[in-house]
Amino acid sequence: MLALLLILIPLITGVAAFFIKNEKSVKTWALVASLATLIVSLWSLMHQDNYHSIFSKEWLPDLGSSFSLGLDGMGRMLTLLTAIAFPVIFIATNKSTYKDSNQFFGLMLLSQAGLMGVFLATDLLLFYFFWELALVPVYFLSSKWGGERRIPVTFKFFIYTFLGSLIMLVGILYVYYINPEKSFSMASLYNYTFGHKAQSILFWMFFLAFAIKMPIFPFHTWQPDTYEQSPTATTMVLSGVMVKMGLFAVVRWLLPLFPEAAHGNDNIVIGLSVVGMIYASCIAMVQDDLKRLVAYSSIAHIGLMCAALFAGNSIGVQGVMVQMFNHGINIIGLWVVVELTERQFGTRKMSELGGIAQKAPALAIMLVIIALANIALPLTNAFVGEFLMFNGLYQFNVWYTVVAGLSIILAAIYTLNMIQKVFYGNTNSITENAVDINWNEKLILAVVVILIFAMGVYPKPMIELTKTSVESLVSAFK
Amino acid sequence: MSNILNYIWLVPLFPLIGFLINGLGRNFLSKTLVSFIACGALLASFVVSVYFFISVKEGNHELVKLFDFISVGKLSIPFEFQIDALSSLFLLIITGVGFLIHLYSTAYMHEESNAHYARYFAYLNLFVFSMLLLVLGGNYVIMFIGWEGVGLCSYLLIGYWFKNTDYNNAAKKAFIMNRIGDLGFLLAVFWIIQQFGSVSFGEVFANAESKSTAVLTGITLLLFIGATGKSAQIPLYTWLPDAMAGPTPVSALIHAATMVTAGIYMIARSNILYTLAPTTQSVVAVIGLATAIFAATIAIKQNDIKKVLAYSTVSQLGYMFLGLGVGAYTGAVFHVMTHAFFKALLFLGAGSVIHAMHHEQDIRNMGGLRKKLPITHLTFLLGCIAIAGIPPFSGFFSKDEILAAAYEASPVYWIVGVAGAMMTAFYMFRLYATTFLGNFRGTKEQEHHLHESPWAMTVPLIVLAILAVIGGFVGIPKVFAENAHSLEHFLSPIFTQSEELVKKDHALSHSTEYMLMGVSVALALIAILYAVNRYSKKPELQDAEGFGKVLANKWYVDEIYDAIISKPLKAISIFFNNVIEKSGIDGFVNGIGEGVQYASRQLRLLQSGQVGSYILLMVLGMIILMVVQFFIK
Repeated sequence: MLALLLILIPLITGVAAFFIKNEKSVKTWALVASLATLIVSLWSLMHQDNYHSIFSKEWLPDLGSSFSLGLDGMGRMLTLLTAIAFPVIFIATNKSTYKDSNQFFGLMLLSQAGLMGVFLATDLLLFYFFWELALVPVYFLSSKWGGERRIPVTFKFFIYTFLGSLIMLVGILYVYYINPEKSFSMASLYNYTFGHKAQSILFWMFFLAFAIKMPIFPFHTWQPDTYEQSPTATTMVLSGVMVKMGLFAVVRWLLPLFPEAAHGNDNIVIGLSVVGMIYASCIAMVQDDLKRLVAYSSIAHIGLMCAALFAGNSIGVQGVMVQMFNHGINIIGLWVVVELTERQFGTRKMSELGGIAQKAPALAIMLVIIALANIALPLTNAFVGEFLMFNGLYQFNVWYTVVAGLSIILAAIYTLNMIQKVFYGNTNSITENAVDINWNEKLILAVVVILIFAMGVYPKPMIELTKTSVESLVSAFK
Repeated sequence: MSNILNYIWLVPLFPLIGFLINGLGRNFLSKTLVSFIACGALLASFVVSVYFFISVKEGNHELVKLFDFISVGKLSIPFEFQIDALSSLFLLIITGVGFLIHLYSTAYMHEESNAHYARYFAYLNLFVFSMLLLVLGGNYVIMFIGWEGVGLCSYLLIGYWFKNTDYNNAAKKAFIMNRIGDLGFLLAVFWIIQQFGSVSFGEVFANAESKSTAVLTGITLLLFIGATGKSAQIPLYTWLPDAMAGPTPVSALIHAATMVTAGIYMIARSNILYTLAPTTQSVVAVIGLATAIFAATIAIKQNDIKKVLAYSTVSQLGYMFLGLGVGAYTGAVFHVMTHAFFKALLFLGAGSVIHAMHHEQDIRNMGGLRKKLPITHLTFLLGCIAIAGIPPFSGFFSKDEILAAAYEASPVYWIVGVAGAMMTAFYMFRLYATTFLGNFRGTKEQEHHLHESPWAMTVPLIVLAILAVIGGFVGIPKVFAENAHSLEHFLSPIFTQSEELVKKDHALSHSTEYMLMGVSVALALIAILYAVNRYSKKPELQDAEGFGKVLANKWYVDEIYDAIISKPLKAISIFFNNVIEKSGIDGFVNGIGEGVQYASRQLRLLQSGQVGSYILLMVLGMIILMVVQFFIK
C-alpha cells in the first residue's frame, strides 16, 4: 500500500493544485503535499515487508499489463531521494514568484508522481506510462516559465526525449510481441531469455532513450541548454532526480532483459561514457554561466555512473547505487546556491561576480562544502560512490580508469575556479552590497550539508539498503 | 585490563572538537577564548600522544577498529587506526610542533578581526585533525582521507587572505597539483585491492612477498606519484614555493614540518613494498636526489626570505626520498624529525622577522637585525647551523645517515648529495648574513619600529632551537658508540621485514665513514665561511644577471608548464566548447529540429501544429485511460 501512496499523494495533490488560484496557498499546499510524501517514504524504510512494498491490480488485462508496483532496495533509495528533493526544492525556491502559480505547482507535483511511478513500476508498459508522465510536465514547466531562449531550447529538449521515448515504445511493444507469455510484467520478462538477434536490436532501442535521459555523450546537448533556461526549481528536479531515471532504467530493465547484448556492447557504452567525462569536464572549465558549469559537471559525473554500471561488477554497481542518491543531494545543493546567488545579484555570470565571501560568509562556507562534495573529497558523500565506481571500473579495465581518473583533476580545476571567481577576490559594483543568507536558507543548506557528511562518514546504511538490488543485478548480468 | 591504546581516537578528537567550536562560534567567541580552545586542543592531543608513545615504547602496538566504513561484497574497508612505533613518533611531531606553532600564531595573527582569527584557528585545527588521520590510518583508504584532507586545509590556509587573487591562485595551484598526485595514489589503491583483496596494511604487507615484482613496481610507482605531489618532488614541486602566500606559521606547520612529509611517511609505512621493488627504489632515489640539488640551485638566488626556505624545504625533502630510495628508512624518518625541528624554527624565525619588519619579506631590505632581534637572531642561527649539517647539531646526524647509506648504494649519489649539502650551507648562510649581519637597509620608519617579538612567539623559537640542537642525539651512528641509535631501535619493528630481505653483507668500514663525514662537514664549513664573509660585507642588492637570472627565475619551470600544459588544455577546452559542442553535435540536432519544424509547418494546414497541445492531449488521454481502467472496472 505504501508504494501506491507514494504515487497517489503527489498525483491527487497535483491535480488539486490546479484549482488553487492563490499563490501563497498553492505554495503551502505543494510543500505540505511533498512533506506528506516524504513521511510515507520514510515509513516505507521502516516497513520493508511485502504487504507494504508490493501492490498489484488488474489494469489492462487484454494487453497483458497490470498495475503492479514494487519497492526494492534501489526503489526505496530513489523514492526517498525524490521525496527529499521536492520539499527541499519548494523551500529553497520559496521566494520565486510564478505567473499562473497553480499550474506551476500542479505540474511539479504531477512530475513527482511520474518519477515515483518510474521507480516503482514492475510492469514495463506501466513504466513507460510513468516515464512520460514524469517528462511531459517538465516540458511545460520549461517552456512556460523558462528563460529568454526557452522556446528553441525546450523544442530541442522535446525532440531529444520524444525521439528516445518513441523508439523505446516500439521496443516495448516488440518485447511484448516476442514474450511467449504475452505479458509486460517484470517477473515474466526476467524469466524469459531473449534471443541473440532480438537482444542486439532491443538493447539499442532502449539504450537510446536511457542514454538521452542520463545523458551521456553525445546525446547530451539538450541538457546544458535546458538546465540553463528552465526555472531553477525545474532544473533541480531534472538534474537531481530525473537524470536518475535513465540510470535506474538501465538497472531495472536494460541489463536484466538484455544481458548478452549489454556485454557485447559494454566497450562502446563505457567508451562513450569515459570520453564524455573528459569532454564535459573540459567544457565545464571554460563556462562563465554557473548553471552551464554545473550542467557540464553533472554530465561528467553521470558518465562515470554509466560506465560503472556497464562494468557490471558488484563494487562498481554498489558505487552507482550510493552515488545516485548522493549526486542528487549534492547537485540540488549546488542549485540552491546558484539560485540564491542569482536572486540576489541578478546574474549567474562568474565574470560579473566576486568577493561575496567577505559579505556573505555563511553562503560561501556552504557552497565550498557542497562544491567539495561535488568533487568527491573524502568524508563527503560523493567520495564513497566515486571510490567504489572507479574501483569497479578498474576491475573492468585499467585504462578506462586512468582516462576517467583525469576528470578528478579537471573537476578540481573548474570547481576551484568557480569558488574563486564567485566568492573570493574583491567585491565589485554588483556584489558590494551583498547580504548573507537568512536563517531558513541556512537551514535548507544545512540539511544538505548534514546529509553530505552523514553519508560520507557512515555510508553503511545506504549500502545495506541497496545491497540486494546490487546482488540481483550482478547475478543477472553474469 | 583493556589496552590503553584503544583510546587512540582521542588524539584526533581534540583538534576536531576545536575545529567545530571555533568554526561554528567564529562570530561570537573572543580571541582569547579562540586561542585557548585551539591551543588547548593541541596540548591535550600532545599530552595523550606522549602517553601513548610511552606505551608503544614499552612494546605495545594496536590496530583499533572503530567502525565499518565501506563494505561491499568481499571488500571490507574498516575505519581503523594503527598505533605503533612509526605512527606514535609522527603523533609526537605533529602535536608537539603543532602546539608550538599554534601558540606562536596567537601572537602572529593578532591583527586579524575576531571572525577571521577564529577561522584561521579552525582551519589549523582541522589540518591537525587530517594529518593525524593520515598517520593513524590503519589502511590506505583512511590514510587517503587524511591525505586529501591535509591538501584541502593547505588550500584553505594558503588562500586564507582570500581577497588577494595571487594568493588564491597559489592555493588553487597547490590543490590541483596535489590532486594530480592523488590520482596516482588512488590508482595504486585500486591495484592493491585487485591484488590483495584488502587495503589494510597488515594484510597487504603480509602477502607482499607472494606478488610479482612487476606488480609491486607498478603499485609503488603509482604511490610514489602521490608522494611527489604531496611532498613537492620533481615534477610536481612548483606549488610549494607559491604556497608561501599563506601566513608564515602555516608555512612552518604545513609546508615544512608536517604535511609535506606525508609522502615520506607513506613510503616508510609501505617499506616492504618498496624493498621488494628495486626499480622503484632507484626511481625514488634519483628523483629525490635530483630534486634536492635542483631546488638548492634555485634557493641560491632567491631574495624572499620565505622563498629561500621553501626551496630549501623542497631540497631537504629530496634528501629524505634519497634515503628511502637507498633503503635507509630509519634515516629518512630521522631526517623528517630533525627537519621538523629546524625548519619549523627557521620559518617561525622568518615570521618573527617579517612581523618586526611590518610584512617586509625581501632580504635585500633587511640587514643588521642581529642587535634588534636578539632571540630571533640566535635561534635562527642555530637553525641554520643545524640544517647545514654541522656536528653535533641535529641535522648533521640525520643527513649523515642518509648520505652514508647513499654512498653504499652508489658513490655517485653521495657526491651529488654532498654537493647539494654544500649548497644548502651556502644559501642558508647567505640568507642569514644578508638578513642579520651588516647594516640595516630598510626605511627609517621600519627601523624605528623594529622590536623583538612577544613571548608567545619567542618561546616556541627557543623550544624548537633546543630541539634543533639536541634532537640528533636519538640517532648517534655506530661509529661513535655501539647501540646508541635509540631511534633505530625504536623503529626496528616497522622495518624488520625489509631488513630481513636485504641482508647487509658489508657495512661501511669505520675509516670510510669518518672520511665521508669529514669531507661533508669540511665542505659545509667552507661554504658557510665563504657565504658569511661575502654577504655580511656586500649583500646582493641588484637583480641577478646571466645564469643567475635563470636561477632567480626558477629555471623558468612555471613558464614551461604553462606553455606545455595549461595553455594547450585551455585551447582544447575552447575547441570542444565552440566547435564540437556548438557547431558539431548541436548543429546536427538543430538540423533535425529544423527539419521537423519545416514538416510541421506543412502539416499546420491540417492541424494546429502546436507540439505542446499534442502532448498535453496525449497525457490527459493516458491519465483518463488509466483512471478509467483502474477504478471503474
